[in-house]
Amino acid sequence: MTVSVTELTVTAEDRRVAWLATAAVALSLVDAAIPSPLPGVKPGLANIVTLVVLVRYGWATAVWVSGLRVLAGSLLLGYFLAPGFFLALTGTTLSLATLGLARHLPGRWFGPVSLSILAAFAHIGGQLLLARLWLIPHDGVFLLTPIFAAAALAFGTLNGLIAAKLLAETPVAEPAR
Amino acid sequence: MRHWLFLLRPGDWLVMAGGATLVGISLPLLWQGGFADRAIIRQNGQVFAEADLHSRRDFEVPGPLGMTQIAIEPGRARVVADPGPRQYCVRQGWLARPGEIAICAPNRVSLQIAGRTKAYDSLSY
Repeated sequence: MTVSVTELTVTAEDRRVAWLATAAVALSLVDAAIPSPLPGVKPGLANIVTLVVLVRYGWATAVWVSGLRVLAGSLLLGYFLAPGFFLALTGTTLSLATLGLARHLPGRWFGPVSLSILAAFAHIGGQLLLARLWLIPHDGVFLLTPIFAAAALAFGTLNGLIAAKLLAETPVAEPAR
Repeated sequence: MRHWLFLLRPGDWLVMAGGATLVGISLPLLWQGGFADRAIIRQNGQVFAEADLHSRRDFEVPGPLGMTQIAIEPGRARVVADPGPRQYCVRQGWLARPGEIAICAPNRVSLQIAGRTKAYDSLSY
């Protein structure tokens, strides 16, 4: 066997990202299996992983895990580079940006639930904007805003609570950075 | 329940209230199309009749194939019968939102719902 020219060293951080992304992808698949009354209204269970990662390992790791989740999830569900992929990407990008800002909020007052709700609203906001600009260039898109906003509030709260519970119940393995 | 409540921090309530306010503010968007208040019946492109959607009324509209029957009820209207071969306009059922339209093309009759504000040129499914 010829020795490979490029040597990739896998760090512990890489392994952690891979495992967490796998968990997130698995939750994306569960998400996709749940019937939805309206395209776009989804629990977004994978965001529980994003939240836990954000609080435990920091924003950069959360970006990696979310990015890999969108990529691998779209490949597995067969919508890679389809409109849904760009919607997911826009939503994720905006919610990660929001989380990047919101994590500086004082932790004593704002917990995972706040982060989750803010991210959920950023997510749906980004998707609506992309849909308006690109997919359905008509203001009619915004007629459904109340439904999406209500879903963001409900599922954001729920996911945030689950993430808070996970964070409260699992001991800190390593110090957060 | 107590178990879960203790996971919430004071600011979380604030964010939840903010979110609920946003939902509340956006709620009127659902009705932005306005309420349906008139039905416009056209024959061959010309307005044949306009009816307020306040009371029950029936119309018979003559066309090249025969009579198209239209029923108006409070808040809604529909094509009851049409001599056309495919019956698309009949199968559309009740129209209740402004902009919705049922077109019986073979008989050249259309039934459209109008509101105070005209949000769409037409709506069909």
